[in-house]
Amino acid sequence: MAAIVRRALDTPAVRPWALGLWFGLLSLPLMITSDPGYQDPYGYHGAHRALYVFATVVVVAYLWQVDQAIWPRLSPAGRKRVGIAALVLTVLTVLALRDVFGQALHGTLAGVGGEGLVYLLAGVFLVYALRGLTPDTTADGGAGPGVWQRHRRWLAPVGLVVLLVAPIFMNRYTADVAVQVGIYITLALGLNIVVGLAGLLDLGYVAFYAVGAYTYGLLSQGLGIPFWYALPLGGVLAAIFGVLLGIPVLRLRGDYLAIVTLGFGEIIRIVLNNWDEVTNGPNGILGIPKPKLPFEFVIPGVPEWLDPAGELVIGGVLRTPHGLYYVILAIVLFTVFVVNRLNNSRIGRAWIALREDEVAAEAMGIDTTKTKLLAFGLGATWAGFAGTFFAAKQSFISPESFTFFESVIILSMVVLGGMGSIPGVMLGAAALVVLPEITREFALYRTLIFGLAMVAMMVLRPQGFVGSARRAVELRGGDEPPAVKDEAATDQSLYEAQRR
Amino acid sequence: MPGAEHAAFAIFLQQLVNGITIGSVYALIALGYTMVYGIIELINFAHGEIYMIGAYLGIVLLSLLTAVGLADASLMLTMILVFAGAMLVCMMYGFTLEKVAYKPLRGAPRLAPLISALGMSIFLQSFVFLAQGARPKVFPHLFSGVGFDLAGARVTYIQVFILVVSIVLMIILNYFIRRTKTGKAMRATAQDRRMAALVGINVDRVISTTFVIGSLLAAVAGVMVAMYYGFVDYFIGFQAGLKAFTAAVLGGIGNIPGAMLGGMLLGLIEAFGAGYISSEYKDVFAFSILVLVLIFRPAGLLGEQTPQKV
Repeated sequence: MAAIVRRALDTPAVRPWALGLWFGLLSLPLMITSDPGYQDPYGYHGAHRALYVFATVVVVAYLWQVDQAIWPRLSPAGRKRVGIAALVLTVLTVLALRDVFGQALHGTLAGVGGEGLVYLLAGVFLVYALRGLTPDTTADGGAGPGVWQRHRRWLAPVGLVVLLVAPIFMNRYTADVAVQVGIYITLALGLNIVVGLAGLLDLGYVAFYAVGAYTYGLLSQGLGIPFWYALPLGGVLAAIFGVLLGIPVLRLRGDYLAIVTLGFGEIIRIVLNNWDEVTNGPNGILGIPKPKLPFEFVIPGVPEWLDPAGELVIGGVLRTPHGLYYVILAIVLFTVFVVNRLNNSRIGRAWIALREDEVAAEAMGIDTTKTKLLAFGLGATWAGFAGTFFAAKQSFISPESFTFFESVIILSMVVLGGMGSIPGVMLGAAALVVLPEITREFALYRTLIFGLAMVAMMVLRPQGFVGSARRAVELRGGDEPPAVKDEAATDQSLYEAQRR
Repeated sequence: MPGAEHAAFAIFLQQLVNGITIGSVYALIALGYTMVYGIIELINFAHGEIYMIGAYLGIVLLSLLTAVGLADASLMLTMILVFAGAMLVCMMYGFTLEKVAYKPLRGAPRLAPLISALGMSIFLQSFVFLAQGARPKVFPHLFSGVGFDLAGARVTYIQVFILVVSIVLMIILNYFIRRTKTGKAMRATAQDRRMAALVGINVDRVISTTFVIGSLLAAVAGVMVAMYYGFVDYFIGFQAGLKAFTAAVLGGIGNIPGAMLGGMLLGLIEAFGAGYISSEYKDVFAFSILVLVLIFRPAGLLGEQTPQKV
C-alpha cells in the first residue's frame, strides 16, 4: 500500500496535486478565524482561502516541472532571450497593475478578482527575467570578467555623472526613495562584511544602526554637535559597540552568534524604549537638526522645471531630499570604495578564509578572534554612519524604527542580492526598497515573500542573483549533491576541481 | 511585623509559582530546540513559530468545537480534541518544515540552513498574520481565575495543569529516548550520523521524527500558554523562541534534562527579576543570562565541553 502511494506521488502527473493538497490541508485550520469583525472579515467561512493555497501550489509545482524539463536544455543565448522577454512582460504587467493603461483594464482585473493572479504572474516573470539575465556564475565556470570588470574604465565615470545629475529629474518623492535606497545600500554593504565576507550571521545589526541614530540624536539635543562631527562619531561608537559585543561571543560557534546578536538587538531596543530619562522612551527624540553646509549659494533665475521657486539654493541647511541625496551619495561612494578595498585586502582574504573553513584558517596562522572582531567592528561602522544620517534625515527617531524586522530586511537584501558580492548587495538593497514602492498593495505580503524568497534562495541558488562564483561553489559544497539538477554537474566538477 | 513578613513571603511564593509555570512552558519549547540541535547541529529558528501556530490552533479548534456545541456537552472531550488537533497539525508543520527548508541543505555550510530557517520563521509568522489578522486573539475564559490559595499566593488550576502536563510529557519523552528503538536510533544519530547510517538506521526518518516530536511538544506548550494568558498574537513565537533557546543553552544544548532544567531556571529568574527588580527589563534578563552563560560556561549547566569536530 505504502509503496503504491509512494509511486503515485513520484508520478509527474500526480505530484503537483498531492503537494497542493498537502499544503492546502496544512493551511486550512489557520484560515479559519474565530472572531469575525474589525480588520478580520473572515469567520468560519474564511476556510475557502485554503483553496487559494491549493491552487497556487498546484500551479507552481506544474510550472516547476515544465521548467525542469525545458530550462536545462536552453543555450545561454536562449536563456538570455527568455530573460529579456520576461523582463518586458514584467514591466507590462506592473504597468497594468499601476493602472497606466487606463481604468478599463484595471476595472476588468479587479472585477474578476484576478489582481492577485496578475501579481503572481508578474512575480514569475521577474524571477525568469533575473534568472535569464543575470550570469549564472556556476555555469560559466568561475569569476570570468563580467560586464563591469571589462568596461570599468568608462563605466565608473559615466555612472558617477549619471548619479550626480539624476536628482534634476527627480521630484520630491523620487528623491526621497533614492535617499532611502542610499541608506539601505550603506547598511547592506556593512552587513555584507559580516555575513557575506566573514560568514558570521548577525541578526542584531539594526542595533548598530540605532547606536548611530541615537548618537546624533542625543548629541545634537544635548550639546548641539553638528551633523558632520556626529557622523564619524556615530560610526566609531557603533564600531565600539560591535567590538564590545563581539569580544564575548566571537569565540563561539556561528549559530550561537546568530542568536546572541538577535538578543543584543532586542536588548538595545528595550533599553531605548525604557530608559526614559535619556532616550525619552517610546516617544523618541524630536527636532533633530538637518545637516548644514558652511556655505550657501543662491542661483536665481533657473527655469521652472528645475525648481518651482525659480531659484536654486546650494548649501545651507539641507532640508530637501535633493540636498540629502548628495550627502547619502557621498556616504555610499565612500562605503563602496572602502568595502571594495577591504574585499581585496589581506583582511578581506582572511575573512573569506575564515568563512570557508575556520579550522583550516586558524591552522594557516589567521588569528580568528581578531579577524572576526575586525569584521564585526568594521561592519557596525557603516550601520553607525547610516544611523546618523537617518536621524538627520528624519529629524525624529524612536525605538520603533529599530526592530528585528529591520535587521531581517537588511539581511534579505544581502542574501537575495548575493552574499559577498558588492554589486549584488547594492542591487538587492535597491530592489527591496523600490519594489514595495512600485507595488503598494504588495506591502502586506512583503514579509511573506521575503521569508519564502530567503528559503528558496538558499535551497535553489545560494549564491544570490548576482553572486560570486567562489561563494556559489562554497555554499553548495558538502557531502550531498546539490538540489538543483541542471546546475549539479558543473557545480560538482567545480567543487572537485577546487578540492584537488 | 509578622504581617509584613507574611506578605513578603506571599509575594515570593507567588513569583515562585508564576516562574515555575512559565518555566515549564519554556522547557517544553526548549526540548524541541535541543533535540534538533543534538541531531543536526542546527538552530531551528522556526521552532518558536510552530509554538505560535499551536497556540492559534488551540483557539481556532476550541471555537470550532464550541460552535458545534461540543464544548457545552463535554468540556473534557473538547479539550482533549483541541490538544490532539493542535498536536497533529503542528506535527505536520514540523515535518513539512524539515522537508522544505532543511533537508535540501543537509551538508551545506552552516550559514545556508541558518538563513533558510530564519526565512521559514518569517514566512510562517507573516502567514499567520495574513490568515488570522493583526489583532490578538482571545482564548475563551473557561478556567481562568479558578484556583486555590497557598499561603497567601494564588495558584490557578491552569498553572497546576501546565506543570503536571509538562512533567508527564517530559517523563514520556525521557522514556521514549532511553528505552524505545526509535529513541536509541535518535541517540545514535546524534552521536555520529554517518556511523548511524552505516549500521542501518534510516537517518532521514530519524531527523523527521525529531522535528515531529519537537513540534508536538511545542504545540502543547502553545495551547497551554493560550489558556494561561488568555490571548495570542502572531508575534509570540519570536519571544518564546528566543527564551526557549536561552533555556536550552543554559541547560546545555543537545542535552535533554538540561533543557528541562534550563527552562525552569529561566522561568524563575524571569519571574523574580520582574517581581523584584523591574518588569520592563524582564526580557533583558533572559538575554543577559544567555550572554553570560555563553561567556563563562558555553557548554551549559549539564552539557559536556566537546572539542570542535574537524
